[in-house]
Amino acid sequence: MARMKFLCDVERCIECNGCVTACNSEHDVPWGINRRRVVTFNDGEAGEKSISVACMHCTDAPCAAVCPVDCFYTTDDGIVLHDKDLCIGCGYCFYACPFGAPQYPQESAFGMRGKMDKCTFCAGGPPQDNSQAEFEQYGRNRIAEGKLPLCAEMCATKALLAGDGELISGIYRERVMKRDSRPDTWGWQKAYNFKS
Amino acid sequence: MGKKNRANRKTGVSKGRGAGNMDRRTFLRRSGLSLGGAAVAGMLPFSYMQKASAREKEKFTGQTDIEIRHTICTHCSVGCGVLAEVQNGVWIGQEPDFDSPFNLGSHCAKGASVRDHGLGDRRVKYPMKLVDGKWKRMSWDQAISEIGDKLLKIRDTSGPDAVFWCGSSKASNEGAYLQRKFAAFWGTNNCDHQARICHSTTVAGVANTWGYGAMTNSYNDMHNSKAMLFIGSNAAEAHPVAMQHVLRGKENGAVMIVVDPRFTRTAAHADQYVRLRPGTDVAFIWGLLWHIFKNGWEDKEYIRQRVYGMDEVRPEIEKWSPDVVTDVTGVPEEQVFQVAKTMADNRPGTIVWCMGGTQHHTGNNNTRAYCIFQLALGNIGVSGGGANIFRGHDNVQGATDIGPNSHTLPGYYGLTEGAWKHWARVWDVAYEWLKSRFDLSQQYDSGDGKPAYTMNIPGIPVSRWIDGVLENKTNLSQKDNFRAVFFQGHACNSQTRGPEMKQALEKLELVVISDPYPTHMAVMSDRKNDTYLLPTSTQFETYGSVTASNRSIQWREKVIEPLFESLPDHVILYKLAKKFGFADQMFKHIKINGEEPLIEDVLREVNRGTWTIGYTGQSPERIKLHTQHRGTFNTTTLKAEGGPLDGEYYGLPWPCWGPPEMKHPGTPLLYDPSLPVAQGGLTFRARFGVERDGVSLLADNSYSRGSDIKDGYPEFSADMLKQLGWWDDLTADEKIEAEGKNWKTDLSGGIQRVAIEHGCAPFGNAKARCVVWTFPDPVPLHREPLYTPRYDLVSRYPTYADRKSLWRLPNRYQSIQATDYSREFPIVFISGRLVEYEGGGEETRSNRWLAKLQPDMFAEINPKDANTAGIKDKDWVWLEGPEGGRIKVRAMVTRRVMPGVTWTPFHFGGWFQGKDLVDRYPEGTAPYVRGEACNTATTYGYDPVTQMQETKATLCRIQRA
Repeated sequence: MARMKFLCDVERCIECNGCVTACNSEHDVPWGINRRRVVTFNDGEAGEKSISVACMHCTDAPCAAVCPVDCFYTTDDGIVLHDKDLCIGCGYCFYACPFGAPQYPQESAFGMRGKMDKCTFCAGGPPQDNSQAEFEQYGRNRIAEGKLPLCAEMCATKALLAGDGELISGIYRERVMKRDSRPDTWGWQKAYNFKS
Repeated sequence: MGKKNRANRKTGVSKGRGAGNMDRRTFLRRSGLSLGGAAVAGMLPFSYMQKASAREKEKFTGQTDIEIRHTICTHCSVGCGVLAEVQNGVWIGQEPDFDSPFNLGSHCAKGASVRDHGLGDRRVKYPMKLVDGKWKRMSWDQAISEIGDKLLKIRDTSGPDAVFWCGSSKASNEGAYLQRKFAAFWGTNNCDHQARICHSTTVAGVANTWGYGAMTNSYNDMHNSKAMLFIGSNAAEAHPVAMQHVLRGKENGAVMIVVDPRFTRTAAHADQYVRLRPGTDVAFIWGLLWHIFKNGWEDKEYIRQRVYGMDEVRPEIEKWSPDVVTDVTGVPEEQVFQVAKTMADNRPGTIVWCMGGTQHHTGNNNTRAYCIFQLALGNIGVSGGGANIFRGHDNVQGATDIGPNSHTLPGYYGLTEGAWKHWARVWDVAYEWLKSRFDLSQQYDSGDGKPAYTMNIPGIPVSRWIDGVLENKTNLSQKDNFRAVFFQGHACNSQTRGPEMKQALEKLELVVISDPYPTHMAVMSDRKNDTYLLPTSTQFETYGSVTASNRSIQWREKVIEPLFESLPDHVILYKLAKKFGFADQMFKHIKINGEEPLIEDVLREVNRGTWTIGYTGQSPERIKLHTQHRGTFNTTTLKAEGGPLDGEYYGLPWPCWGPPEMKHPGTPLLYDPSLPVAQGGLTFRARFGVERDGVSLLADNSYSRGSDIKDGYPEFSADMLKQLGWWDDLTADEKIEAEGKNWKTDLSGGIQRVAIEHGCAPFGNAKARCVVWTFPDPVPLHREPLYTPRYDLVSRYPTYADRKSLWRLPNRYQSIQATDYSREFPIVFISGRLVEYEGGGEETRSNRWLAKLQPDMFAEINPKDANTAGIKDKDWVWLEGPEGGRIKVRAMVTRRVMPGVTWTPFHFGGWFQGKDLVDRYPEGTAPYVRGEACNTATTYGYDPVTQMQETKATLCRIQRA
């Protein structure tokens, strides 16, 4: 059984916002909402790193744990989705999420006013797959078409990977091994107390 | 198949989707399998994701009327493939083009946003004109008739040179070619496009070094580099998908060095970052070569065989000892040494430069210094090496090659009588008739005091059109000032000296803007009348060919019909040609459907005439076949492996010699002698004669593989074929055509064919030259910017003397540098790109998805300068240039720039000196994001060879607003 994950290779990410725009275009995300963002650390200074962040589709999702109306559900592929018909827009999930994934409409409603919106791993939501209702509330359902999230498919440098966790971690592992002379991979210094 | 119940949702079991009998997980497993396969195969490319096809879409959505159309992104020169999903004529989705060997499905923000073009709610929707300050709708017929009458009246009284015809690097090859041809038939060389202010100094500098002014290798070839030196290039923002290839090269072990005044997003990925003072590139490169020669790291055998004049450059290099270099450039001595050693130790290495290097009044010196550096290391003509000049716009390479350039006819033929006669023959019009279209009333100063007719004098370039309007007409090398301008696909906010531009616009009798959007030009001046907007289609609403930076040509399909009342470039040009009465001559061998010239016929005409750079082999049929089978090309070599195009290079990168029937595979790497010319190999071009001062300029013991001449040789001509005894290799028909001709003018292609059959390059086999004796600086010299922060260095490194007439205009150098502005204007002002926007930005700032990512114009200011001026992050500030232009922008306080340097993006427009001009746009067309054009505050300064504007080193002062 696939367990869908995102993985952003920060050695490849160039902060081009291709992922953000691909998502906006694919799902007609309204002004004011970005389901995906690129976050940059040490902007403009040595050690500058960027990472593309959206809902990480956690195995034990904190958003689901705190939701007072229990609107979250996890698909068999490990994708965390939610039901906007149940959502009351309270914002608890926003507090619980370590990644800032939940978004709230500012101007026009995305489906319905005030309901939480977030990355669906391009898997739509509860309505019938690829129906107009699903598109209007949740955006397109690429997973149902056998495709992967467009943000990763279009990533300019193939930094953002999406797919079965085992497979994408394998790809990433190979890259790390290939770069072994350059252990500047993000997090290594901290994890292995590496001095560059 | 009703709505799923809650239980189903919880488990995610989703039965009964639109159509088909494969459930979701089965499908995922299938894609998982192919994913695993790709992962085993190695690193990139991971083309594991499912390819989009209309059939698949149908299968899962039940929608049967979706078509997939293939086109090329219109935002930069990488040439990314775009797959557009179109339903009932509406562009509803975009899928990754995994087959494209350039982008392998990838896009940056701009490429991922192109579907917004199909919505186009901010577009100019119908022809309009200003009537007493209000925009009034009109019909196309009315617009063409009014504009045409006004232009003909101006032509009658002031001659054909009184109109400036600005074309575009965003036009297709065919559109750009027609823009040039149109100006010729109107009777002027006053036409130009973005290359002038983008890479003109590259084209001239590089062509004068080794023959062609183009990227020598390709983005893909950077997989093979051992070192990559970026100087004045911010690929991560300007060419983001190129970074896929760059980072692949880095992962293959290449050392990546970024030299830039600004710590760019590209620098963030570099192994070495060097911060240099803007405008000191020559000093820095000579500093590198100082170490290379001192340590004997130069490639002596390569220089002996293939390089002319290196010894003449060495005395200049010897002046640049480490302490001098550090004083002038600001780069620490050990960093200069480290870069030199890294490049010497890691060969082949490539150099990449962009507008940080080109946009200087000494731009030609910069580009030539880069070339000389690569020649010294023996890095040109080898895979992994090269001068990888990343071009800007999507078709700036093609428009430079065959489009509207004021100094040449298509194919770099120049403007000599011979050039005109060549094209008159290709166009099948009488030379005398063509000549009669021009101003023959008198001759003018052609630049060196020699009188000539305007037909043979380069026109006023786009960087200087405002001077064409404002300069006293007795100082011009043409009859009158510009009285009208026609801008087709060119933003005016990319040119310097905003306040004077406003003045120029207000003086003009007629302004015509042919563009999808109104552009800054429609709003920046106080014009009230005689201003027209012609709704013009984007390249997604038409079709044709486009040349990527690596010289590959791709075919664009039409994605959607022209939106609203818009028309493509070539249709508008046809309408005007008809109005002016030369349509029959101009489109003599081009089929017209209704009012649309047949694009394929236009390209065939290009094929018939453009022998100089080998645009002859890329027939529409061959290009279409390449684009169709793009998945069969190797993503590193760009060579087809098997399939119908086996052995050919993707997009038939020029030169693709001979007629299409000769089946030349294209030239993937320029000047690479390891392959026979027939298979894409090449020598350096013999362009500058055969000897100088008794020394041969031809190659010494170096020749392309399989060459029958085992040494250097001049360019081929009929006479040379006879001398070599190869004349009888021509067919009888070829002999008739080739008699008295050379490889550039023989329309039969016989001379090229015979040369290549003997393993020779038609353009000869010479040395690259380090000394360009026809340039103001035969050996590149460091000269301080006209507005320099180091005024103490002006006496040692002064600019040029003023010139009375260059490009039909006076050129000021010394008279500007005579004043020290550095005290009053202490900050160096440079500009550059944001990844979300492109060019003048009107198109991208009108795109919802991009606009929301970059809502404000800003200036990057170092904390030190900000604190001194009492400026906090996000404050409004006034940035004022020494010529009086001032812009009101937000402060971004960041160490990305060093103290004493400020940087702004150049994509903004729609404000002028503190005022938002939103009310001046026609209703519903104002871009979502507007801001000050940075060039409102930039200053005078032009390269004497190509009139490149100096925007990458001027001065300003910044105060809180």
